[in-house]
Amino acid sequence: MTTTAAHEAMGTEAYGAQDDAAQAAYERAFDAAVAADERIEPRDWMPDAYRATLVRQIAQHAHSEIIGMQPEANWITRAPSLRRKAILMAKVQDEAGHGLYLYSAAETLGVSRDELLDKLHTGRQKYSSIFNYPTLTWADVGAIGWLVDGAAITNQVPLCRCSYGPYARAMVRVCKEESFHQRQGYELLLTLSKGTPEQHAMAQDAVDRWWWPSLMMFGPPDDESAHSAQSMTWKIKRHSNDELRQRFVDICVPQAESLGLTLPDPELRWNEERGHYDFGPIDWAEFKNVLKGNGPCNEQRITQRRRAHEEGAWVREAAAAHAAKHTGKSAGTPTGSRGVEQA
Amino acid sequence: MTTTVPATAALALGDDALVLSHRLGEWMGHAPVLEEEVALANIALDLLGQARVLLSMAGDEDELAYLREERAFTNLQLVEQPNGDFAHTIARQLYFSTYQHLLHTELAGGDGPFAPLAAKAVKETAYHRDHAEQWTLRLGDGTEESHTRMQRACTALWRFTGEMFQPVEGLDGVDWERLRGSWQTSVEEVLDRATLSVPEGPQSGAWTAGAGRQGLHTESFGRMLAEMQHLHRSHPGASW
Repeated sequence: MTTTAAHEAMGTEAYGAQDDAAQAAYERAFDAAVAADERIEPRDWMPDAYRATLVRQIAQHAHSEIIGMQPEANWITRAPSLRRKAILMAKVQDEAGHGLYLYSAAETLGVSRDELLDKLHTGRQKYSSIFNYPTLTWADVGAIGWLVDGAAITNQVPLCRCSYGPYARAMVRVCKEESFHQRQGYELLLTLSKGTPEQHAMAQDAVDRWWWPSLMMFGPPDDESAHSAQSMTWKIKRHSNDELRQRFVDICVPQAESLGLTLPDPELRWNEERGHYDFGPIDWAEFKNVLKGNGPCNEQRITQRRRAHEEGAWVREAAAAHAAKHTGKSAGTPTGSRGVEQA
Repeated sequence: MTTTVPATAALALGDDALVLSHRLGEWMGHAPVLEEEVALANIALDLLGQARVLLSMAGDEDELAYLREERAFTNLQLVEQPNGDFAHTIARQLYFSTYQHLLHTELAGGDGPFAPLAAKAVKETAYHRDHAEQWTLRLGDGTEESHTRMQRACTALWRFTGEMFQPVEGLDGVDWERLRGSWQTSVEEVLDRATLSVPEGPQSGAWTAGAGRQGLHTESFGRMLAEMQHLHRSHPGASW
């Protein structure tokens, strides 16, 4: 990290100062560091609202990874070949790992994983609306890889340059694995598309169902996005929702063509003047309804998450009790008992 | 004969790994902590990797996994047992990973057709065994509830442990009685440290020990296969 004088002025000793003038100086230093594209680190001074925004965004990102395991894990026991089963298991495992990185990144901001999970379980924090849609056929696993992971990557690659260091670094690792998953999803769909007529139909049906919900992953249109302007000033966000959505559409159209599949939008066509694809209107009423908890799987997803947590309580209590009894003499654990002992 | 003899053994060992991997896969999204989502998936993936190598030694992996019926599977009954609670899964892991680690160590030391696979698998199973041991200790010597659950699980699965030491055709040179002795010593030592008692019942049910190896399974296994195979069977001849 390059350190300017402005950045140094944000040192931890200064944190907590009450004096208005000093406060203003920290804010100026913070703004200057962000403007200079420097990374803000956990011990640096930061505005309370910046901290709160990051906690919300990183936590909801972590929750999305955890809830996002469910629609795909739904097909692990039914994967149609051992190769696909191994790929899918590895993918769901990666998602649990991404959740772990992200909760760790959020913890650098002074919250605990347990606190955040509790907010997820009680509906006080959200996760991506996309995971409230059901996986009805095997092809959905491919459509999620291609479209959902594709949309996630489009959103997340700019986050690798996010102003908050721990989040940016987590994103670098997450994005590498996500692009791998996305290619696997594409390849799964390609195999189906070129397979039997039944397989082709299965692939088309999945793309038809996942296309619009994937476009909704970029969030509300720019003129209705509550947090956008501030997040862009803070360089938490680098591009607007609509910009990213457009970028995603432009990437997907030729990919759909090479897959031999169509996208369910009669208004989708190349606009020579704009140099982009035009596309039809998104059903924002549906989006809002899913966010409110009325999507096809909201109830099921949160119930399963809560149940796993509640049914696992005795296991976490046992690990904590064991650790307390054997402090200092307990053998090293292969699973990393950090989270367990916090419980 | 040399081609058919390893096939029996490859199927037996491959089916064990395939079926246990499948059971562990059922945990995904349901584990008590995130670290266990990762750990159980990791073990499931190792086992699936072993299964694919072993089944490929015997034929086409997908044909063998997806198109055989229940009576043709030769896995141990232990690995097909439903997950139950976390203690039940851990007890099953303890019994099986201890067995698998000892067996692979022995196979890796020989010059038979399974030596290369076993040399890789022995590293994986050492991790699986360590994972199961650590959790047996935590649950056995944790809270009163976890102790009760772990004891119940160890006892419930005990009657499936005898079948592991039935000689497998094609695994020449394995001293099954010595394997049983090492297994017993090791498991007893872990249970003792975990403040659990060694179950006293018989190590086989009313079936002859080794029934799984002869294609005689428990009732839940058919349902597991139905779920595992239905999509593959619904599209005969398709590629995935």
